[in-house]
Amino acid sequence: MNFNKNYFEIFDLPVDYAVDLKLLDDRFLDLQKQVHPDRFAAGTDHEKRLAMQWATLVNTANETLRASLPRAIYLLGLRGVELETNPTLPPGFLMEQIDLREQLESIEEGDGNLEELDSFRRKMQQEINEVQAEFKEALDEDIDKAERLVYQLQFLSKLMTSANRLEEKLLDY
Amino acid sequence: MALLQITEPGQAVDPHQRKRAAGIDLGTTNSLIASVRAGVAETLADEQGRHMLPSVVRYTSSGIVVGDEALAEAVNDSMNTVVSVKRLMGRGLKDITTLGDQLPYRFSASESGMPRIETVSGNVTPVEVSAEILRSLVDRASATLAGDLDGVVITVPAYFDDAQRQATKDAARLAGVNILRLLNEPTAAAIAYGLDSGGEGVIAIYDLGGGTFDISLLRLRKGVFEVLATGGNSALGGDDFDRAIAAWIVEQSGYAKPLASEQLRGLLMASRSIKEGLTDNPRIDIDFDRDGVQFKGTLDRATFDDLVAPLIDASIKACLRAVRDAGIELGEIHNVVLVGGSTRVPQVIDKVAEYFGKAPLNTVDPDKVVAVGAAVQANVLVGNKPDDEMLLLDVLPLSLGLETVGGLAEKVISRNTAIPAVRAQEFTTYKDGQTAMLIHVLQGERELVTDCRSLARFELTGIPPMVAGAAKIEVMFNVDADGLLSVSARETSTGTQAGIEVKPSYGLTDEEITSMLQASFEHATKDADQRSLMEARVESGRVIEALGNALAEDGVALLKKSDIQALQQAIEELGRVSEGEDHLAISEGTELLGRASEEFASLRMDAAVRKALAGRNIAEVDKEV
Ligand SMILES: Nc1ncnc2c1ncn2[C@@H]1O[C@H](COP(=O)(O)OP(=O)(O)O)[C@@H](O)[C@H]1O
Ligand SMILES: [Mg+2]
Repeated sequence: MNFNKNYFEIFDLPVDYAVDLKLLDDRFLDLQKQVHPDRFAAGTDHEKRLAMQWATLVNTANETLRASLPRAIYLLGLRGVELETNPTLPPGFLMEQIDLREQLESIEEGDGNLEELDSFRRKMQQEINEVQAEFKEALDEDIDKAERLVYQLQFLSKLMTSANRLEEKLLDY
Repeated sequence: MALLQITEPGQAVDPHQRKRAAGIDLGTTNSLIASVRAGVAETLADEQGRHMLPSVVRYTSSGIVVGDEALAEAVNDSMNTVVSVKRLMGRGLKDITTLGDQLPYRFSASESGMPRIETVSGNVTPVEVSAEILRSLVDRASATLAGDLDGVVITVPAYFDDAQRQATKDAARLAGVNILRLLNEPTAAAIAYGLDSGGEGVIAIYDLGGGTFDISLLRLRKGVFEVLATGGNSALGGDDFDRAIAAWIVEQSGYAKPLASEQLRGLLMASRSIKEGLTDNPRIDIDFDRDGVQFKGTLDRATFDDLVAPLIDASIKACLRAVRDAGIELGEIHNVVLVGGSTRVPQVIDKVAEYFGKAPLNTVDPDKVVAVGAAVQANVLVGNKPDDEMLLLDVLPLSLGLETVGGLAEKVISRNTAIPAVRAQEFTTYKDGQTAMLIHVLQGERELVTDCRSLARFELTGIPPMVAGAAKIEVMFNVDADGLLSVSARETSTGTQAGIEVKPSYGLTDEEITSMLQASFEHATKDADQRSLMEARVESGRVIEALGNALAEDGVALLKKSDIQALQQAIEELGRVSEGEDHLAISEGTELLGRASEEFASLRMDAAVRKALAGRNIAEVDKEV
């Protein structure tokens, strides 16, 4: 029993920031078909326990690799980098964040313009894409830089979540 | 119509060994039981040919009556006739008083805070009432299938929280049935529908029943049903349509006094038949005169549509949220399936069609589709293996979290996370020398603790005294494949496993269940030792069979000859012990065999994982190792 495989190895994928999502998805389904507890409903207790552990691990691994931010954090972890809870960020980046947050607030306080929000989110997504591309480069060349970029991604993704919340509010979901 | 035709593969189980399994739709209004027979999943009828069992239980001084006969007295004897008990499952007395005037019963609290309904034959909990409905269905199945059931799958609304699921499992235990799995109702419907159509893609299941509304989005791919998102409202259904009509009648009649319970029950029953009449007729004439409420007039469909529009709109809003949670576009949904009696209401069909942009399917009887899907799953789980390829991957319906400072809820596992799942959260002490910590487990989406459901409170004790902030306490949330939560905790800096006691906020304690079991007539007459012996034999038989099958499948490929022989001998030995009368010896032997086979089980699991990735069979893979 090898629960010590890393998440990439579990799906037999190369340890890389770029992940073939379709392949991940296929392997995820193939694995669950073999290890899910329902396969062992008539099995011994030990089999059931093992199945539960495996299915849980496969789910966790899938979630981690599927989304880009957790995947980035996980890759840093594999390289021995543990993230700080209160990192210091470049002042320029912070100023920009404050500015973006204010923009979002003004969209909310204005009459909640959906189009403005849409373009705001597009802009955010573009920035996220750029930072991700930088991260991919830095991961092999400059690990400290990669770590800093992940902090930035964390900020951006929080902001994106707020933007999505606002959209839900405006659409009255 | 045969809902499902299941072809059995070559190595089909010998008919003599086929297990009896059933799927149960334990509904708010009606319940059904279905089973796979001769490859076809179908609902089972009672002696009078009725498939649907009204979920109504009447307690009289001379016994308990379930179903149509109980429903017939629901108005005259409303205090002792429990209807819609599903709405009370897993609820505390406080929750129920907020349901207010809708319930005509007298309640009292049990020790654990679970409400008890006062009837002429004593106080009963919702779990006991549900167990009566289950017993009635299971007896029907045993009679039809000529033998005791080996296992059942019981469906619950996808939106059911942990307490409601636990209560349903408790009811099954109380009814003495072996529950293989709790299955979400929409998932069951998707199985019945998806396999029937053989299609792949995203399916939306819109289920509007008597008391609950569920929306689920599932993806069917490679024989795997994967729940993408689920949502709904556990207090929205056809009953609310009835209440809207009842309120309209009262308003029209000019009756101004508060309604008594019998009045209300009579009015609601009348409203329900008016509502159902409006499905096929443009207007219904009403001549109501009962208990002082008097109204003569007509309700037309347009007025009815106005009355219920806000309710249907609320359901559509939940659909919007689910589509968003699933991270898909509306256009990606291939099919919309209608489930539940209330989807017969024309306005419901229209609004669903309008929102999803396609006509919904209702080709499979919306009343039976859930039970049928559950029967298919039960047949697979019990080990009849009619279709090895089918698998369900479900999600957590509601976020789980913990109370933090300031009465705020912090999410630990968010809704729509694939299950089984595990998450750990780290906490620390805030006082020097603190050795205990109170932990409050919550379920729900809201930010304030008071807006979430309280699942359990427990005290973490035995934390080694340290300066504030030095102790690291890791709280682990484990959610199993049924969506049920268990919590454990340990102090990580010293490695001490902290003692925890989880006290369910509204559930039955194990002692309560045991005493209920003992009190129930059936079990009281059986000698306790005899029961232990039977249980021990069932368990040893299960392990013998499971291991035997495993050896036949993978023994040669994975084990040395001598290991196989040793296991086979151990199996034979347990078989001999099981013929004896000593239940302790049987249990011990079962345990020993289980342990002796652990290594083999691990090897099989590893091989299965390799097989999944290699797409080859175990024997081949093993030769390479
Ligand atoms: N022809 C009909 N028109 C409108 N509503 C109906 C019709 N038939 C049944 N219903 C309603 O469907 C609800 C019961 O649906 P069901 O799926 O059996 O509920 P549950 O799953 O909650 O037990 C009731 O509110 C009933 O009045
Ligand atoms: Mg139903």
